[in-house]
Amino acid sequence: MSIKVDTLSKVYGTQKAVDAISFEASAGKILGFLGPNGAGKSTTMKMLTCYLPASAGKAMVCGFDIASQSLEVRKNIGYLPESNPLYHEMYVKEFLYFVGNTYHLKNLKQRVEEVIAATGLGIEQHKKIGQLSKGYKQRVGLAQAIIHDPKVLILDEPTSGLDPNQLIEIRKLIKELGKTKTVILSTHIMQEVEAICDEVIIINKGKIVANHSLKGLLAEHQQNSLEPIFVKLTKD
Amino acid sequence: MFTIYKKELYSYLSSLVAYITIGIFLVVLGLFLWVFPDTSILDYGYASLDSLFSTVPYLFMFLIPAITMRSLAEEKREGTFELLATRPLTDWQIVFGKYLASLTLVLFALIPTLVYYISVYQLGVVKGNIDTGAVIGSYMGLFLLGGAFVALGIFSSALTKNQIIAFAIAVFLCFFAFSGFDSASQILSLQKFDDLLLNIGINEHYESISRGVLDTRDLIYFLCFITFFLLLTKTILGGRKW
Repeated sequence: MSIKVDTLSKVYGTQKAVDAISFEASAGKILGFLGPNGAGKSTTMKMLTCYLPASAGKAMVCGFDIASQSLEVRKNIGYLPESNPLYHEMYVKEFLYFVGNTYHLKNLKQRVEEVIAATGLGIEQHKKIGQLSKGYKQRVGLAQAIIHDPKVLILDEPTSGLDPNQLIEIRKLIKELGKTKTVILSTHIMQEVEAICDEVIIINKGKIVANHSLKGLLAEHQQNSLEPIFVKLTKD
Repeated sequence: MFTIYKKELYSYLSSLVAYITIGIFLVVLGLFLWVFPDTSILDYGYASLDSLFSTVPYLFMFLIPAITMRSLAEEKREGTFELLATRPLTDWQIVFGKYLASLTLVLFALIPTLVYYISVYQLGVVKGNIDTGAVIGSYMGLFLLGGAFVALGIFSSALTKNQIIAFAIAVFLCFFAFSGFDSASQILSLQKFDDLLLNIGINEHYESISRGVLDTRDLIYFLCFITFFLLLTKTILGGRKW
């Protein structure tokens, strides 16, 4: 198991953002992380990437503990944060070189070219990040997440704000990456989950309300699409 | 850490911030030293750079907060701190890389002022009639003072998301650390502690180094001061509360 989460909790003041959730994810599968806004998806992802310390519970990524071996965990994770923060005054390549350098990559030049090709940034690669359209910024965000060829990819709403063509391309890319890596992605688009995810976790008010394979979940609720299941499980 | 340092320095040098703040610093300093009669070296009549070393600390109080105000505040506001913090970098490496980059800029601001040393050296009635030892000591004092102010500036920048607030806090802290303790030691009811208060303040140590004698006590004072505020900065960042 490349990700193993055991009764992980996050408390903000008196509010329980994430309430003792446990799940597992393994390589070669894409895990869809669903839930209404404020359910705790992003918080969980931030804890897994060692950005926020957990209030209670444990999680292992690639066999490393997120609390005590955080540097090792961060080496093995590629992360695309929700709002896709980027340095707008940097050039695309300059930024990718900077990110690559933080991992001390040896074949950096080659890797930068590879990720630029993989994310389709080719024609925009000489621009400043601030000049790019939203879709291309999203690609830069994805490029920085995969530059060090991580075993685990955590993508927080990777397709928000993309046009239909870009959506198809990015989904194809994620699906390709998911063949060899462990991918966790959160989204609000149910069709996306149906299109690319193998496993589904639905989280509501910090608690897991469904954790099943996509097919299993549809069969269990005798539905053809996820939407009615999502609504039913997260209504209250 | 070196990666962060390089990135920070590049971003300073590729934006106008560095050039404008350093430029203004040099122009104002030039005016004080050569044009305004009260502090002018020419009117003073002695071959000494004393007015340089008494003016620069006050200019640093504005220059350095202007350089450091964005370093962490902007990362927090734009969310890019999340990008840095999820890399295999420790918070300490991030803070120290940023610290060194700002300190390098302060050094860039100081280097051109060596021209004034050469000018005064040439202008002396007997050429070279200037106390070079004291000048070297004073420059080291200025550099250490700059280091202390940068630490205060980075600390202020960690406190808030707003660059203007970071600037204001940093100016206040620099002023207070530099001359606030001196003034406080003169308050009548605090007379019992005046020695202690003087020793906490930066000015006492700065002047001591400026005499041209580098006392280890002063050096240790500055190193402790810088370490203390960088550690505070790291602690604040570690809380991730914004």
